[in-house]
Amino acid sequence: MYGWTGKLLRVDLSNGKVSEEDLDSKIARDFIGARGIGAKYLFDEIDAKVDALSPKNKLLFVTGPLTGTGAPAGSRYMVVTKSPLTGAIANSNAGGSFPAELKFAGYDLIIFEGKAKKPVYLWIENNKVEIRSAETLWGMNTYETQEAIRAETDESAKIACIGPAGENLVKIACIINDNGRAAGRSGVGAVMGSKNLKAVAVRGTRGVRVADIDGFKKAVRAHMSAYSAHWLEPFGKGGTLGLAIGATNVAGALPTRNFHSGVFEDVEKISGELLDEAFSKRKGRIGEACFGCPVACGRVTRINDPEFAGEGDGPEYETTGAFGSNCGVNNLAAVVKAGYLCNELGLDTISTGMTIACAMELYEKGFLPEEDIGMKLNFGNAKAMVDLVEKTAYREGFGDLIAEGSYRMAEKYGHPELSMTAKKQEFASYEPRALQGLGLGYATTNRGACHIRAEVHDVTLWGVTYWKILRDRKITQPLDPLISADKSWVCREIQDWFSIIDSSGMCNFAVVAAETDEESLRALLETATGISLGGYKGMMKTGERIFNLERLFNLRAGLTAKDDTLPPRMLKEPMPEGPAKGKVVELDRMLPEYYKLRGWDEKGVPTQEKLKELGLA
Amino acid sequence: MGKMLYVDIEKCTGCRLCELACSFRHYDEYNPAKSRINVFRFGAQGSYLPVFCTQCEEAWCQGICPAGAISREELNGSWIVRVSKAKCAGCKICLMACPFGNMSFVTERRKVQKCDLCEGEPECVAACPFGALQFREAEVSTLHQKRLTAERLMESYQEVGS
Repeated sequence: MYGWTGKLLRVDLSNGKVSEEDLDSKIARDFIGARGIGAKYLFDEIDAKVDALSPKNKLLFVTGPLTGTGAPAGSRYMVVTKSPLTGAIANSNAGGSFPAELKFAGYDLIIFEGKAKKPVYLWIENNKVEIRSAETLWGMNTYETQEAIRAETDESAKIACIGPAGENLVKIACIINDNGRAAGRSGVGAVMGSKNLKAVAVRGTRGVRVADIDGFKKAVRAHMSAYSAHWLEPFGKGGTLGLAIGATNVAGALPTRNFHSGVFEDVEKISGELLDEAFSKRKGRIGEACFGCPVACGRVTRINDPEFAGEGDGPEYETTGAFGSNCGVNNLAAVVKAGYLCNELGLDTISTGMTIACAMELYEKGFLPEEDIGMKLNFGNAKAMVDLVEKTAYREGFGDLIAEGSYRMAEKYGHPELSMTAKKQEFASYEPRALQGLGLGYATTNRGACHIRAEVHDVTLWGVTYWKILRDRKITQPLDPLISADKSWVCREIQDWFSIIDSSGMCNFAVVAAETDEESLRALLETATGISLGGYKGMMKTGERIFNLERLFNLRAGLTAKDDTLPPRMLKEPMPEGPAKGKVVELDRMLPEYYKLRGWDEKGVPTQEKLKELGLA
Repeated sequence: MGKMLYVDIEKCTGCRLCELACSFRHYDEYNPAKSRINVFRFGAQGSYLPVFCTQCEEAWCQGICPAGAISREELNGSWIVRVSKAKCAGCKICLMACPFGNMSFVTERRKVQKCDLCEGEPECVAACPFGALQFREAEVSTLHQKRLTAERLMESYQEVGS
């Protein structure tokens, strides 16, 4: 096979058996890679009803056919499993160098099964694969773990691991690789912890080949030349924080104080400019890149403020929205510190920040007594926020409840409606009332609330007009984010389009920032693999197939149309200020239209006809 | 004098596209393990440094090669230290002789390899998205750095003076 290595590793942690299998070529063709192939293997191999933290759940690390190639930012892998946070399918994506190294070792994916009796890590050196004891690593933070494993394996080894949060089965724990890169969402770190799997370390020297050498070269060159300063300048110099936070605030879409408002009065105190000026080790320069990435949005930083001193990676925009504006915190040092702690302890910055914001509202409204927390927890209390991050990872004191995510925490205090979640997963830093299409995306995305599986804000807030899905409808101007018209089909088609991006092995930023259309990615995929995707329509059909298969997994797991919703604040409480003042999310208008466009019945179940069309019947 | 491969450390983001370009050019595969250029990360400084052959005027690898497989040749004004695949005996002495680690052994070919500047058009330079890698005249290549040094000195001088 080309693009793909054609091999997968199956690791049964219960009996210590490691086996190599061929990648099913039909699955590769029909589901492409990463997110798609992960969904297919998970769907076929586990009972969707299993307890996510039981040995019966499986944990998949899946690369795409473009991972490790010269495709721009072909740096990604997807962690696919059943989520302990949502009970739905989880797919968490990360870049860095670990995913490419896995390809160089000769594997497209790893399937972890069962549960090790004692803490272990997996050491892959090309085709030499070994389960090793991790008893001395258990309890270490993610940076220490990476260093310790490199010391006992190979100085060039790339490592993905969990921190104390994953070990302690925190439902918002992530998996960290290459310093501070995170497969962040849906509690995938807890699944890894439940299997007593501390880390996966890889050293690969086998290389990746593509089918059509000249064609692939041409496709890479075409994609590379489609980048313009419009995206690269802000991405490279300011990271996602510098790129986004000013614009989201102006649009009234920057979550503030647990999504009370979309406008943060102190936005300039948590800005990308300030991060670069006062924290960056690469001040005034382009940031840090993942493997093969021409965008370089990563931040390498240091905090000089003695109260929160430290050094590490980030923060990016999401971290800053969650711990900054949404916690009402205007102290950037505290935000950066909270981000460091999440990386070190292995916590999802989004869900952790958003859950603390929810606790702040519960506290201010008098629903959450001070003695339960052990401290005052008003919005803006930076010190308490940072303290709680650490307590969450160790499930210490009130941290034990934050560790359950905001929905379960708020439910315990009788106010689940104050949890800003969809399918029990916290919103990202985009306010749905100011971004109608994104609201529909939060409600319908298979892994729960998420800003990167249904990036409708690309075609509203960010002004993307160069995709074929828009051109085909003669749309040449950015869509209005505040109205619900045109959002159902856009959301649906972007979800399908992003299912392809997420399966390719490329970073979605590297796709979005290239001012070219879907055909550019198709050319990369087809020249790399040598397999026809059936034209543009065939490729989009594959995206739809992947999305629908995830939906089927969720339905089997017991989720229903009732879970395709948003908290009452979004549906009933008008936005108090800013450009979206007076708006609620018009979900009741968009959702039925969306179901119809998807070929789903009114209960949100794909019709037999649709499943047949997609080859899923 | 000719051109040399040169790195502007300030501009390197650690993306390693140079490693991919190098291995693809010489082996038709993406494989940093076969790349003649490799990038290293220095987290504490937030910087990256690619390491590559600088085509020594008096090349240690050439001097020590018992097979006479390594030559130094001019191509379009640039000097390239080159390994003859036909003559290389695979003895690997040059791996130990190069003080920079820029010789490597390719198992499947049973020969050593080194950077040959892609015969005057280095792919790594073409692949570098931020212009950190440059192929430029060696004679003047440090002038820009000197200018930056001068600017820093002038800045300090003014601070001290005021």
